[in-house]
Amino acid sequence: MKTKNIWAWIILMIGLAYFFLPLLATFEFSLKMIKDSYTFEAYRVAFTDPQFFRSFGYSFFWALLTIVFSLLLVVPTAYWVHWRMPKMRPWVEFVTLMPFVVPAVVLVFGMSRLYGGGLKVFGTPILVLTGTPILLVAGYVVLSLPYMFRAVDTGLRAIDVRTLTECALSLGAGWRVIITQIIFPNLRTAILSGVFLTFAIVMGEFTFASLLYWPAFGPYMEEIGAMRAYTPQAMAVVSFLLTWGSIGLMQWIGRGSVQEVTAAH
Amino acid sequence: MGITNKTLTAQSKGDAPTARPPSKEASVINWLPLVPFFLFATMFLFLPSISIFIRSFESVDGGFTFDNIIALFTVRDFINAYKTSLSISVITALGGAVFGFLLAYAVILGGLPKGLRTFMTTFSGVASNFAGVPLAFAFIATMGNAGLVTRWLENAFGFDIHAGGFTIYSITGLSIVYMYFQFPLMVLIMAPALDGLHQEWNEACANLGGTNWQYWRYIAFPILLPSLLGTAILLFGNAFGAYATAYAFSGSFINLVPILIGAQMQGDVLFNPGLGNALALGMIVIMSFSMIGYISLQRRAARWLR
Repeated sequence: MKTKNIWAWIILMIGLAYFFLPLLATFEFSLKMIKDSYTFEAYRVAFTDPQFFRSFGYSFFWALLTIVFSLLLVVPTAYWVHWRMPKMRPWVEFVTLMPFVVPAVVLVFGMSRLYGGGLKVFGTPILVLTGTPILLVAGYVVLSLPYMFRAVDTGLRAIDVRTLTECALSLGAGWRVIITQIIFPNLRTAILSGVFLTFAIVMGEFTFASLLYWPAFGPYMEEIGAMRAYTPQAMAVVSFLLTWGSIGLMQWIGRGSVQEVTAAH
Repeated sequence: MGITNKTLTAQSKGDAPTARPPSKEASVINWLPLVPFFLFATMFLFLPSISIFIRSFESVDGGFTFDNIIALFTVRDFINAYKTSLSISVITALGGAVFGFLLAYAVILGGLPKGLRTFMTTFSGVASNFAGVPLAFAFIATMGNAGLVTRWLENAFGFDIHAGGFTIYSITGLSIVYMYFQFPLMVLIMAPALDGLHQEWNEACANLGGTNWQYWRYIAFPILLPSLLGTAILLFGNAFGAYATAYAFSGSFINLVPILIGAQMQGDVLFNPGLGNALALGMIVIMSFSMIGYISLQRRAARWLR
């Protein structure tokens, strides 16, 4: 029993080192902008760059749009599937798992070729979307599907959708009342955890924004990473705190429920 | 009966549906709310994938050809890109699976303080999502030329990590970086699975005179094996599709399939659009096979872990 305990501690220590050393190193590195002393100069430089606020603001905006559209798409679908079409649940779930089959870089490649004038009927492109942020937000919604669906699906499983809906209907409630006052409050925790995870994913996303040429925090970080030496690490610390904040909030809200989290890299 | 159903449907039109089993006519209405979701999936998931498939067989002048697919297996750059991508993914999936499992075991069953467990799950949630550009920067600050670990090893032990030709900007280096989001994912998935091992099984084994080794060899491990393998496949896909981390870390130094596809997108570097599509198709095919494996293993895992 004793030796087992020692091994457990050793493995834990290695794990913690792997977790924390890069974070510690990044933080230490970000403080060294001025030679031979530790200062927050890199943070001052980073935060006085108007480009930082611009790209951060853009990412925030993309994240909000993604969250709204993802919720509009997933919540009614999942609700309907639970109430009326349980047979369709595996199919809906299959679709939401597709982002694991089609990597982001492949999806963005396919999208940009298809909607960049490729969808032709009789030689004329019928749907060109490359000039609008539709592809970007649609791509982010796709990325958010597995997490959003899983969260909402778990939430719906915990409540008796059929009974709740049919009771409400027989008591004369309209659809607006059912959705806003019965289903939504019951799903609040589930929805919030989906929202925070989506937020964390979109805020640091690089692949879609970079390859579709939209301003965002991810490409901005990459850009300064190629140009400067210490501010990128300061940005990495900011980004880490952002992820930590979102996921921490999510896990705090969803205490007790089992969650699986993965990201799109 | 048919008449009743018809009247019911007529009544329910535009009104709240009744609480009766839906009739045949009502089934069309049942499908309606699912239309936006499947329309979205068709437009932004299936059509782009299908277009990649079709264009993989398109020659430069628009005709049909197998040349692009053949090129995947004959052009040295492509073979190398697939080899590198596959080996990084397999190595980090196996490494992440083994270490992640040990870590989950240590935290769940290793007799460590309870508080560490919540901490570890939360941290794994964050770490498995901490990827892409900032992760690349973090490892440059850790093991790059002026990195903390590099300097520390040099100052404290006089050990130069670059002496043996090692550089962080290599396949080994990138594997170390990928491991940062790989093993936390394993911890996240294996922790509930380890929790699902009923105490009674261990006790039953002990009552029958089984040793701890026998419990693990003949009971716990076979039960966990499907979820272990399944998660390893998930980790494989996780690394195989990674673009942001690799790009921010090494630019286009390391010849990976996602990097090649990205380069092809930014400017037709292969001078043939069909080749880019074929490269992407190859990724979809490999990912599809791994997902089929994952789903069937998940089914097996669900048998015991309820």
